[in-house]
Amino acid sequence: MLPTPSTSHVCFDNVYEPAEDSYLLLDTLSNAHEVAFLTKRFDKNTPPPIVLEVGTGSGVVLAFVTAQSENIFGRRDVITLGTDINSFACRATAKTVETASKENASTSGIFSDTIIGDLTSPLRNNSVDVLIFNPPYVPTEELPDTSNQEHYNKLSSSTSTSTDAFERDSHLLALSYAGGHDGMETTNRLIDNLPSILRNKSGVAYILLCAQNKPDEVKTRIHAWGNGWTAEKVGDSGKKGGWEKLQILRIWQNLETG
Amino acid sequence: MKILTLNFLTCARKACKPQATSFPLHPADSTLEIQESDLNIIFLQNILPRLDWPALISITTELGLPGLQAEPPEAEDLVVKEGGAKAEGEGMEVTEKSEESEKEASQLGKDLHRLLIETTIQEGKLMCACCGHEYAIKEGIANFLLPSHLV
Ligand SMILES: C[S@@+](CC[C@H](N)C(=O)[O-])C[C@H]1O[C@@H](n2cnc3c(N)ncnc32)[C@H](O)[C@@H]1O
Ligand SMILES: [Zn+2]
Repeated sequence: MLPTPSTSHVCFDNVYEPAEDSYLLLDTLSNAHEVAFLTKRFDKNTPPPIVLEVGTGSGVVLAFVTAQSENIFGRRDVITLGTDINSFACRATAKTVETASKENASTSGIFSDTIIGDLTSPLRNNSVDVLIFNPPYVPTEELPDTSNQEHYNKLSSSTSTSTDAFERDSHLLALSYAGGHDGMETTNRLIDNLPSILRNKSGVAYILLCAQNKPDEVKTRIHAWGNGWTAEKVGDSGKKGGWEKLQILRIWQNLETG
Repeated sequence: MKILTLNFLTCARKACKPQATSFPLHPADSTLEIQESDLNIIFLQNILPRLDWPALISITTELGLPGLQAEPPEAEDLVVKEGGAKAEGEGMEVTEKSEESEKEASQLGKDLHRLLIETTIQEGKLMCACCGHEYAIKEGIANFLLPSHLV
């Protein structure tokens, strides 16, 4: 087992605390099957893969991928980037990744930056080799209203009253889990954009879904894109009871013949 | 924010993305800070084909940093050339260099590391030449959220 990055410096009042979904991503990305797939697809003789995690939260996933670059990709020139709509999450992520990267200097790739932004919007099209997303996936009446996002992002703890801080923190935490209709409103926006943002032919996405997200419908939709687009389950949380059964889809263009 | 990151960013507005002028974004009013870190020579050599060199030249000029050479360097320019001394006498046998052997960075390699990885923008803004929108950088983190009427 590769070490889980420390997030002990993060204040979880307004940043998503690593949970079963986060750890399922760590396990899946470092299991023998995915390591074999990624090392082959991003062979050492190709330019460094660009890894983008959308919605980094505490940064535990991005820190893991960065620090374990050698163990996951078989190379140490992997470049990692993160985005989150929550400015507190972006600051937390930078620290989590930098710390893990220093502690694992002999296996670590290159951490580029975290950026405050909506999904993949700050990135150039056709530029991402590996995209990772643990989305807000819980079905809810509606998505949190983000028209005041700048206000919440700027509200620093020291200058705001406790009611302001409470409202800010509830909003930011809602953003981390509330997925709207079928829990898929945010994830669908990201999926629709995958063919543009992923590098032509070589790009791969890992997206976490829960049972309520209707993963089979998602797969069917992606296969219907044609051009070799494939979605396959590459990890799951097992048959534990409850409604939040999790799985990870790998989405990529499968251009191998046969 | 590292200068390397600017190689991957563009204007967040949908309408700007297909336009050539939305890349690179143009830094202005920047406060720079050097954050030292270990040099990863394999990374520097391998990233070359992924760098938009003309964009990097314009960014360094706008930041008032030392000028870059007009043409992108080759991977071997980033390491100290092995002296001919070792080859002396012993015929034509070439020893396979072990892949893990640490190559020593040349001055150019060190300069590129300093520029891409160690030079950071702590405060400032990034402007899109296509729509004129400015994205703020605060405490080293860029903010690409758009007001709702611009999405
Ligand atoms: C379930 S949490 C995952 C956090 C972390 N990656 C992990 O696995 O522990 C979802 C994250 O997505 C972020 N998020 C929600 N909507 C977003 C959007 N439109 N763009 C970027 N990030 C978003 C939230 O702020 C939150 O940090
Ligand atoms: Zn623009």
